[in-house]
This record gives sequence, structure tokens and C-alpha cells, in this order.
Amino acid sequence: MSIELKNVTYAYGTESAYETVALAGISLKIPDGQFVGIIGHTGSGKSTLVQHFNGLMRPTRGQVLFDGEDIWAEGYDLKHLRSQVGLVFQYPEHQLFETDVLSDVCFGPKNLGFSQEECEELALDALRQVGLKEKYYKLSPFELSGGQKRRVAIAGVLAMNPKMLVLDEPTAGLDPKGRDDILDKIKELHETRGISIAIVSHSMEDMAKYVERIVVMNHGHMPFDGTPREVFSHYRKLEKIGLAAPQITYIMHVLAEKGMAVSTDATTVEEAKESILKALGH
Amino acid sequence: MGIIKTSKLIFDYLRYGEDEEHPEINRAIDGVDIDIEPGRFIAILGHNGSGKSTLAKHINALLAPTEGTVWLDQMDTRDETHVWDIRQKAGMVFQNPDNQIIATVVEEDVGFGPENLGVPTPEIWKRVGESLEAVGMKAYRKRSPNKLSGGQKQRVAIAGVMAMQPKCIILDEPTAMLDPNGRKEVLKAVHRLNREAHVTVLLITHYMEEVTDADYVYVMDHGRVVMQGEPREIFSRVDELKRYRLDVPQVTLLAYELKKSGVPLPDGILSTEELVDALCQSN
Amino acid sequence: MLKDITIGQYYPAESPIHRLDPRVKIVATMIFIVSLFVAEGWAGYLISAFFLGMCILLSKVPFGYIVKGLKAIVILLCITMFFNMVFTPGDPLVQFWRITITVQGVRMAVKMGVRLIFLIIGSSLMTLTTTPNQLTNAIERLLKPLGFIIPVHEIAMMMSIALRFIPILMEETDKIMKAQMARGADFESGNLVKKVRSMVPLLVPLFISAFRRANDLAMAMEARCYHGGKGRTQMKPLVYRWPDYAAYAAVWGYLGVCIAVRIVL
Repeated sequence: MSIELKNVTYAYGTESAYETVALAGISLKIPDGQFVGIIGHTGSGKSTLVQHFNGLMRPTRGQVLFDGEDIWAEGYDLKHLRSQVGLVFQYPEHQLFETDVLSDVCFGPKNLGFSQEECEELALDALRQVGLKEKYYKLSPFELSGGQKRRVAIAGVLAMNPKMLVLDEPTAGLDPKGRDDILDKIKELHETRGISIAIVSHSMEDMAKYVERIVVMNHGHMPFDGTPREVFSHYRKLEKIGLAAPQITYIMHVLAEKGMAVSTDATTVEEAKESILKALGH
Repeated sequence: MGIIKTSKLIFDYLRYGEDEEHPEINRAIDGVDIDIEPGRFIAILGHNGSGKSTLAKHINALLAPTEGTVWLDQMDTRDETHVWDIRQKAGMVFQNPDNQIIATVVEEDVGFGPENLGVPTPEIWKRVGESLEAVGMKAYRKRSPNKLSGGQKQRVAIAGVMAMQPKCIILDEPTAMLDPNGRKEVLKAVHRLNREAHVTVLLITHYMEEVTDADYVYVMDHGRVVMQGEPREIFSRVDELKRYRLDVPQVTLLAYELKKSGVPLPDGILSTEELVDALCQSN
Repeated sequence: MLKDITIGQYYPAESPIHRLDPRVKIVATMIFIVSLFVAEGWAGYLISAFFLGMCILLSKVPFGYIVKGLKAIVILLCITMFFNMVFTPGDPLVQFWRITITVQGVRMAVKMGVRLIFLIIGSSLMTLTTTPNQLTNAIERLLKPLGFIIPVHEIAMMMSIALRFIPILMEETDKIMKAQMARGADFESGNLVKKVRSMVPLLVPLFISAFRRANDLAMAMEARCYHGGKGRTQMKPLVYRWPDYAAYAAVWGYLGVCIAVRIVL
């Protein structure tokens, strides 16, 4: 299972003279089981990018391949693709509509043609995996807190048994604890289900802690793609495009400039602490 | 008495469950006492559901206390004859930038408040120009709000409040829906207003990075004020903050961790420079 | 998709038409619509086209932008023209199966088509050059004499808010559709009953969001001291200046010419 974009360009208003390019010749391959962070500021093309993964947007030029097959070929089953590449949008309010949580999560499997029992089984399984307590299953999704709604929304996509989960800013509007809880849960899903995950985010700090690969988007281009360590080493260039590396990166670089023997590629607080303690001879 | 003062403020709201007959009483604010001097920059921190937004809505009489009292500039918010004076003096900026812009042109939206106050036309124009200038949005005055970024929309909302010439502005999670650049823009504008127009600012947020420059911080949990002090004091209590579902900036956390491991560092480090200087000294 | 609808959206520019008093623009639009039913024959349409063309030129709104707005009514236009072509009795022109197209029918269809297009362009030119707030201001002022029967200010305010939120809700509809499509929802295929049922997952979140927005907005308006029309001043009060009188003269003159042409020819 893999998703691959080959030289994908997406442009708005192609019929008029004023063409705006949202994606400019992006080539990107996400192999099976990878945990990727997609970072960029608003309007960088990151949301447009992920909507190409499950065929919600059609490239103006270029190809999107799922498992090596062109998803825009004649007769390709897009509904099946959407069950395989689950996309969770930023605001859970945009998808919750049923009278209770369980029925809402059943919506996806039902659309795929599963029987009522199968749907419920899949839904219960998904709800358990996102860590929502059983007492909430019969409540209206609108009564839940922001973090709980987010979990129901993720479960709603997870219930379709996707091979890849794409989340568009899953932590927007959550408080710090809520943010950590959701990200921890996503990491757990990655580990227990072995599915690949792509998270769209603004936060370099969060991504440094969780993902194995960072893709940076800027004005429809993809200037950086690599491990967090590699990407953050370009912290000066990141700054120029309006993104900042984690504070840790700055601290380590300044300390190194001042002559301390610290490793500048530390990306998390723990790594930084170890490195500084070592340099100080503790 | 300061410009904003609350005394033993309590607010209950009813929630109707399955059976409509026995509403559940929820206490959103539970005995809050705060007193804020004019001209200061105050931050209220708290996780979602800690009661911080409910508190904000009491200050300009959008909500009335169940028990206790709120005074704004000496006026009791329960006194209905003062309601419009109170709202003029305490402007409010909300979380969702789209849901607080009324007009379809930036300048007309900024003029909305003064129009309601009955300000004469030439004076409205003057205020609109000045307010847009103050938040750096003058170049956009003829634009449609729909074409602006989140940070720009919030700055228009702030200008709309400033045009009413308030004594204080309350910002209820103004950055929660913005990206990091938008957040920076809005905070810069707010700090500038506080510095140059001497407006009292009450910033409600759950982003810790935003409060490092505040004069004073209140932390709320379960409707109570559980911590208060200068940012440096508050940020030195990392474990306590975590208990209230909050976080500290990475620098502060790193400094705290290093200190725990025996590196001699001062409490509550807030910036990269501070940490680097302190570490270089101890090296 | 939904975002392509430009009809009725304000187009910001600095032009003599933009600067006109909105009351003039409303009255002029009404006169223009009347003139379309007065005008007959090619001469009449030519005069209308010339008048409309001048207004567009003066307004500095790109012609292409206006034409794009017509996309929304293409279907309506086709249906109208088709029915006129088929159901107007007269000399047959083309005949196939049970359908007869008559010469008179074609003439009628072209006439209706031209009228409809002019009507849409004319009225969208008004909304393109007038902000919804100015428009509602003008309606409020024009209807003021009726103030004792209907709450004019409140209605005007409601209209202006509706106009502000239409694009936002359109965009939201788009997002909700995508979110549900990502869960395998299908909005296109199936019979009517199935299609209507498939709208539920779209409409429920949309309504809930609209109500929440309404609630937020009401609170924001209250916080900014809104308390109805009483004691309210205006940032842009409506005062007629000389260009407004000139515009009135021009548009009444135009109607006069239309009537004259109709009588003479």
C-alpha cells in the first residue's frame, strides 16, 4: 500500500486568464506504514495536497497513484479509494450529523455497503481505538467536548478500515492537554494498526515529537522533505518562508555558536536536555 | 478599585438532560475575585471548559452573575441603566473572526460600533481611520472581509472595538482559530494598543507563549482562579500547570528539566536568550 | 463549483457608478427593467444595449466578470427560450417528431432571451457596484414612509447580514460535502428519494453551523452596543449630490427615448 503523486499540479480558474497555482509539480511518495507531518502556513497548499490523496480533488496535470494504479483512470473506484485513504477534516462539526455517536460512526461503513451488524462492529471497534468511553456512545455528538468530537470524527473515518489516515490539523482549537491526548492517540493507532498516517499541522514542536518525516509546503512548492532533524537543520531558510523551527533548535544552535559542545540536531526537549547535561559534564 | 473588579463572582447555568424536569446545575464560575488596574496587560489562562470565557462575558454584561458582583469602571454590570456605557467602555473580541464581522466592507464594519453609539458622521470617519491605522489595516479599508486572512480579520475586529473608544478590551481566545503567523500579527497589534493607546487588555487564551509578555497572569480551573502572579512566577511552576491541562513553552520546560537535573538556573526562564546566557554563565 | 457564483457579489472599485447614491441605483435599475418591456424591435434593444454598455464601462467592472455571473442562469435561460420557441403558434420553420418551431417562436425566444440577459446584467450591475450595506441603507430610506407598518430598519439589517453570510455558508457547504464524501457519501447517483436522503448528512451540519454563527453574531452585535435603529447614526448617510441628479436625468431620459422609439417605429 502506498500513495504516490507524480508531478501533480493543481490550478484554480484554468478557464480564465487568471490561473492561480495551488500545487506546482509536486512529486511525493508515502510508503506503507509511514508517519508523516505536512507543514506549511495557511494558503501554502497543504490542504489541497492532502485532498489529492483520496481523490477529492483532481490534479490539473500529473498523476496520483494508489498502490501503483492511477486513481483517475477510467472506471477506477473512488469510493473504495476513500475507504482506504481516510481523510479527517479540521472541524469535526463539518461531519457529525447523526442523533447519537454510534450511528454517526456507522455512516462510513454503511456507505461501503456493510450490514447493520458489521457496521456496528466496525464502529465499536473504531470508537474503542480512539479511546472514547462507552458512556458517550449513545449521546448526541453535539453534546461532547471539542476533544471528544474530534475523536468521534476520527472514529468515523477509522471505521472504514483505511490503510492510511490523513488528518487535517487535528489539534486546531484544542487546549495543550487535549492536543497531546489526540496526538498520543494517533501515534498509538499508527503503532497498533500499522497504518500510515499523514498529519497536516502548523506546529513544528508537535511534529518533532511524533513524526518520522516532515514535508514542508510553501506557495504550492515542496521546499523540504526529510526527517525532522534534516528539515530543522535548514532553520534559517524555514524562517524566511514564515515557518519557525522548534525553539529547541534555536537554543542548541546559539549554544553551539557560543562554544558549548552540544549537538545541534536535537529536536525535542529530552534530546536537548541530554545533550546539554553531557556538555556541562553532569 | 480598579477598572475591572469582581467580588465573589458565581455563575450557574442549567443543563437539561434526557428528562426535562430535573435540570442539572453546572457551576461555570465559582467565587472569582479579581481586581485589575487601568492600563495593564492581563492574561487569563485555562483549558477549554475552565470558565475563562464565561468570566469574560460577565465583564461587559453579556452575562449577569448568579451571585456576587462585577464592576466595570465603578459601574455594577447588573444595573441595566448602564448596560450600553459598560459595553462601550469594555470592548470585546471573540474567537471566530467570521462570526463577529457584520459588514461586507472593512471600513463599514469598523464604523458599526460608533454608529450604534450615535456618534456624529464626521467623527465616525475619523475614528474608523484612526482605528484601522492603529491595527495596521488601513490599506484594506475598502476590501471585503471574506478576502482577508484570519489574522487580518481579527485585526479588523479589534479596530471595530477600538472605534468605540473603550477603556479596556477583552479578547476571548482571539487566536484559537489562527495559524502561527496570524497569531503573531494579532498579538503585536494588541500589545501596541496597550502600549500606545493605554488601553487595559484582558487576554484570554490557552497558548502559553502568548502570555510571557503580560503584566500579570491568572490561571483558571473549574471556575476558580487557581494560580496568579507575574508570568515568571507562574511559569516556574511547571508541574502545577500541567495538572491544569496547560503547558509551558519549550525553553521554559527545558530550563525546568535542566534545573531538576542539578544545573543551577534561575526560576521561570521565558526566552531563548535568558536560557543561553544562564547556561553560558554556569558553564 | 459553488464558489463560481459571482451574481450579486460586490466588486470593489473606484468608479462614478460606485460613488452614486444607492437610492439612485435602485430606482435606475427599476426604470431599466421597465424599459426592457417598453423596448421593441432591434432599435429598442440597441438603445438598451448601448445604455447598459455605457453603465458597465463607467462602472469599471470587467465585462468578463459580469458574464461569469450569467452562468448561474444558463439553464433558466435555455428553458425559457425553448418553451418560447416551441409553444408560440405561427408559421412553422422546422418540424421534427411532435415539435414544431415557428418563425414567431424563434423571434419570441430571442426577445425573451435578450430581455432576460439584460435584466440579469442590469440588476447584477447594481449589486456589483453597491455594497450590501449601502443597498439596505437605500431600501431602508426608500421604505421609510412605510415605517409605521413594517420594521424597516430590522428588515434592512437582516438582509445585509444574510448577504454577508451567503459566501461563508457556500464555502462551508463545500467543506461539509467533502468531509462526507471522504466517508463514502454519494451526493450524485441514485433516484430522487435516495438523493434527498443523501442530503441529510449535508444539511444537518450546515444548519447547526448556521445557528451557531447566528448565535455568535448576535452576541458580537450586542457587545458592540447594537440595540436596533433607535438613536443610531450613520457612517455613510445618504445625501444626493449633483452626479446623482445627473444620473436621475440620464435614466429618465433613457426611458423617454425608449418610449419615443416604440411610438415612432
